[in-house]
Amino acid sequence: MFYRESGQYKTTYESDQAIFPIREDRIGIAIIMAMALITPFIASEFILASIMIPFLILALGTIGLNVLTGYAGQLSLGTGAFMGAGAYACYKLATIFPDINIVVLILLSGVFSAGVGILFGLPSLRIKGLYLAVTTLAAQFFLEWCFIRIPWLYNYNASGAIEVPERRGFGDLILTGPSATATTRYYVVLAIVVVVTLVVKNLVRGRIGRQWMMIRDMDIAAELMGVRPLWAKLSAFAVSSYLAGVAGAMFVFFYLGAAEPSSFGISLSFQVLFMAILGGLGSLVGSFFGAAFIWILPIALRVGLPAVGVDVGAEIIFQIAQMAVGALIIFFLIAEPHGLARLWAIGKEKLRVWPFPYA
Amino acid sequence: MDTLYAVFVDPFAQMIDMPDFFLQVLWEGFVAGVLYALIALGFVLIFKASGVFNFAQGIMVVFAGLTLVGLHEKGVPAWLALILAIAVMGVLALAVERLVMRPLVNQPDIILLMSTIGLTYFLVGFGEFVFGGEPKQMITRELGLPTGSTAIEIGENGLLILQHIDIAAAAIALLMVAGLGIFFNKTRIGRALRAVADDHQAALSVGISLNQIWVIVWFAAGIVALATGIMWGARSDVSFALEIIALKALPVLILGGFTSIPGAIVGGLIIGIGEKLGEIYWGPLVGGGIESWLAYMIALIFLLFRPQGLFGERIIERV
Amino acid sequence: MSMLKLTTAAFAVALAAGVALPAQAEDSVYIQLPTYRTGPYAGSGIPIANGMHDYLTMLNERDGGINGVKINVDECETGYDTQKGVECYEQAKAKGTLVFNPWSTGITLQVIPKASVDKIPVLSMAYGLSAASQGDVFPWVFNPPMTYWDGASGIIKYIGEQEGGLDKLKGKKIGYIFLDAGYGREAIPLLEDLSKEYGFEMLQYPVAGKEMQNQSSQWLNVRRDKPDYMVMWGWGAMSPTAVKEATKIRYPMDKFIGVWWSGGEDDARAGGAAAKGYKTLNFNSVGPDKPALQDIKKLVVDAGKSQVDPAKFGENLYNRGVMNAVIMAEAIRVAQDKSGKTVINSEDMRVGLENLSIDAARLEAIGLPEFFSPMQISCKDHSGHTKMYVQEWDGENWKQVSDWFEPMSDKVEPLLAAAAEEYKTSNAPWPARAEACAN
Repeated sequence: MFYRESGQYKTTYESDQAIFPIREDRIGIAIIMAMALITPFIASEFILASIMIPFLILALGTIGLNVLTGYAGQLSLGTGAFMGAGAYACYKLATIFPDINIVVLILLSGVFSAGVGILFGLPSLRIKGLYLAVTTLAAQFFLEWCFIRIPWLYNYNASGAIEVPERRGFGDLILTGPSATATTRYYVVLAIVVVVTLVVKNLVRGRIGRQWMMIRDMDIAAELMGVRPLWAKLSAFAVSSYLAGVAGAMFVFFYLGAAEPSSFGISLSFQVLFMAILGGLGSLVGSFFGAAFIWILPIALRVGLPAVGVDVGAEIIFQIAQMAVGALIIFFLIAEPHGLARLWAIGKEKLRVWPFPYA
Repeated sequence: MDTLYAVFVDPFAQMIDMPDFFLQVLWEGFVAGVLYALIALGFVLIFKASGVFNFAQGIMVVFAGLTLVGLHEKGVPAWLALILAIAVMGVLALAVERLVMRPLVNQPDIILLMSTIGLTYFLVGFGEFVFGGEPKQMITRELGLPTGSTAIEIGENGLLILQHIDIAAAAIALLMVAGLGIFFNKTRIGRALRAVADDHQAALSVGISLNQIWVIVWFAAGIVALATGIMWGARSDVSFALEIIALKALPVLILGGFTSIPGAIVGGLIIGIGEKLGEIYWGPLVGGGIESWLAYMIALIFLLFRPQGLFGERIIERV
Repeated sequence: MSMLKLTTAAFAVALAAGVALPAQAEDSVYIQLPTYRTGPYAGSGIPIANGMHDYLTMLNERDGGINGVKINVDECETGYDTQKGVECYEQAKAKGTLVFNPWSTGITLQVIPKASVDKIPVLSMAYGLSAASQGDVFPWVFNPPMTYWDGASGIIKYIGEQEGGLDKLKGKKIGYIFLDAGYGREAIPLLEDLSKEYGFEMLQYPVAGKEMQNQSSQWLNVRRDKPDYMVMWGWGAMSPTAVKEATKIRYPMDKFIGVWWSGGEDDARAGGAAAKGYKTLNFNSVGPDKPALQDIKKLVVDAGKSQVDPAKFGENLYNRGVMNAVIMAEAIRVAQDKSGKTVINSEDMRVGLENLSIDAARLEAIGLPEFFSPMQISCKDHSGHTKMYVQEWDGENWKQVSDWFEPMSDKVEPLLAAAAEEYKTSNAPWPARAEACAN
């Protein structure tokens, strides 16, 4: 009743090809965007800084992994390292070009991680599946080693950590560094994530995205139909690592504030992978759901359990959260392999026929 | 020229210069390789029978070792703790088959792999929840395993130190491989396992219960994990840090092939010795610490030339 | 559908709890303790967490808090992970913690720039950034009783004594095996400096965090290089593994000296009887005999309010945790005194830490005579650079084998000042000290 497309006629090619062809979707997106914009006015700083900012950034990282795994069908266990590549590239760029707006540098740093991604994507031309997953592990451990052993990357800092310098932009607004307010950081992150997501949305529904999906669904058939696997796979690696790199740069510059090599360890790779699986492989909106779920579940348990009177140690909650995530992964793979995105679609379907379930 | 010398001449000169040290490096690599091979063995068992790439093998090693030590800490005598730990691995096998593998039958490989990553997370949380997160000492003495070391003199002032526990590890690994070999080739269940590995459908049609087979292989992998956990725990501690080291079994598998038991052993030894030699003799050239990725790089390069592994079957998904 | 509802519910809970966070009772102060009772560093993290928690709980039980103000203690699990540490910091900030004890050099480095903005003092007891002892540059960061550089200089001093004079170090080889993270790297600049000064050769053996339990390569290298002494900066699962590996290659244990963080009983115990002779630095006394510790035993441990294993009560790292809590409690007292309020805030706490002075009489008064060397923190000096001693593992227990001695302050102090300046320039624009000295 509230959600139906009947009566909405597409009279031009343009309206037929719109990202959101249905009016209700457009309204929904507008509402979500409006809510995202007013969040800083209603939410506490804790929610903004510890939930919203990392959630948005990790959602972008998840989209990156989704491009590779969900759309192009190449499993990667090295997302964390690609995020690190972006972060270190951004750190170097920020120290070499202190006067350029940090947002430009962040978008630029993805180019470097994309290069790294292409390099480690090369084996995908010969192997696939589980074997490829192991080669992405090589990328993970090799890059982590580079972050430790190449002191140039962290400006020969004695501690081996990178620390985010203070940068201003857009007038005299403090964008990064400890003095940047959560609200500023949130808006910058939101803007980047929204714009990049729109671009990716157009990529995956366009020619390139269709090529990726053809490769994923059946590579030989795709090749026979004129898709070049070399180009399709490497472009998927490039786009995916670009997104991961941008997410990694933002993760350090807008959330962590400083980072050690271990910040980009294999646990981050798994975290992002879980976000992609839970959210739904091959779905952009699912990436947001997955990121929200995996990021918020432990925090919700941590602040929620004591609030409802369950008084257990901090480490017990930590362990419960870990068990819950593991069990949920298995549960989702069994019950709904398409993840939260599928549930979302079912929900929309239900809304469409409501209140007449058999219409 | 200097670089060439440093890469191609100097390391070998060092090897000849200190033969006892070279032998020690080989031995350390050999022992590490045996342990990698044991972990890889667990992978192979499960992969052969069910086509599941069991990412959780590493955490099963930790979990098994932890159960053994944790039970002993709670006052259970060592021999009983060992039996109970085996029983726990049996229960785990049953639970995994019932709750994870059976509902996911016929899903793509990637989904199965991810489910084992989920299992890994669950077991990490569960293990810490039950036994606590602190590293624990392996009850080496209580289990009747040898401690101490023997030093063999080589040449003048040369000394090769062999830890008894390492010798025991190698011996147990050998026994295990032999035992598994006999089990696979001579017993009824073993033949059924091989039939399942060859062709699920055909195996089903001659009356082999897939579910039963899966429980058995997961159980066998659990016992292998327990043995690995004891050995590795005796070398350092039983703690969750082992889980990352266990990932080294993946390059071992690529080298050896996913379905070959001898491959797991040979691959393990190549990776173990290779990375030790690389780290000690070539590592200093780039700042050391290359051990963390050398194995993966060896595997990656190997993949490009021989994707099926040393002993793998040729039916390999190639592009 | 139910999953969707669950997600919404989770959101709602988080939102509600997030809003409700700052609420706290009137007559209490809040301290969040970031701890790690899980993960590879739990072996060191658990006794520390227990020590801190139990001393503060004991104060609440015995005295009803400090001057009638209860201390609300809350733990936050970091798993020694910097990312989780930042989460804990944000949560601590939202709940209005008096002070933040990162218990990880990595997390310390992460929160140092934030501390002055958020006005939360960071207490990194004998870890973290050595240069943070310069109060002029780091008004919000404290690292009593000593910095890592003090510790490194202390070890070199001790080795010099063993050899019969620092000039005898010339031509010696000293190996440095360290956790390859912010923690282990912190001491390198000072050791390099001293090696130039005294002419010894310093060999580095980094151990990556995820390879902590697989150190055979590092120790093979040690065997090849045959250093005269080995110095260790280990933590968590690294220390026991290193001790074990050292015994395996038959390294002379009396030449193997760890920093104070590698001195857990469990660390040495892992090497069995062969670990006899292993030495570490220390700056607190070991054992459960002090009156205040007995109070903890009576009121907290025996009352079942602690997670400590009774057999491990009073062990070295447990007492280290107690010491950290003592510093916090004493600083609260000073802060109450200085501000004239009983319920202080984090800014008062900073003043309290900056004016903290614990002398022998005060230690006696709080039931911890000679628990640690008297310390005095000032505006300029946020560390105190007190005394340390060397202890040796006799197979069962730690035995003190040296007198309390001072670090080589004349060497360390100028380097600290220079390092603080360097930090300032590389993190420009670094805020100038705005807080008045309230001495």
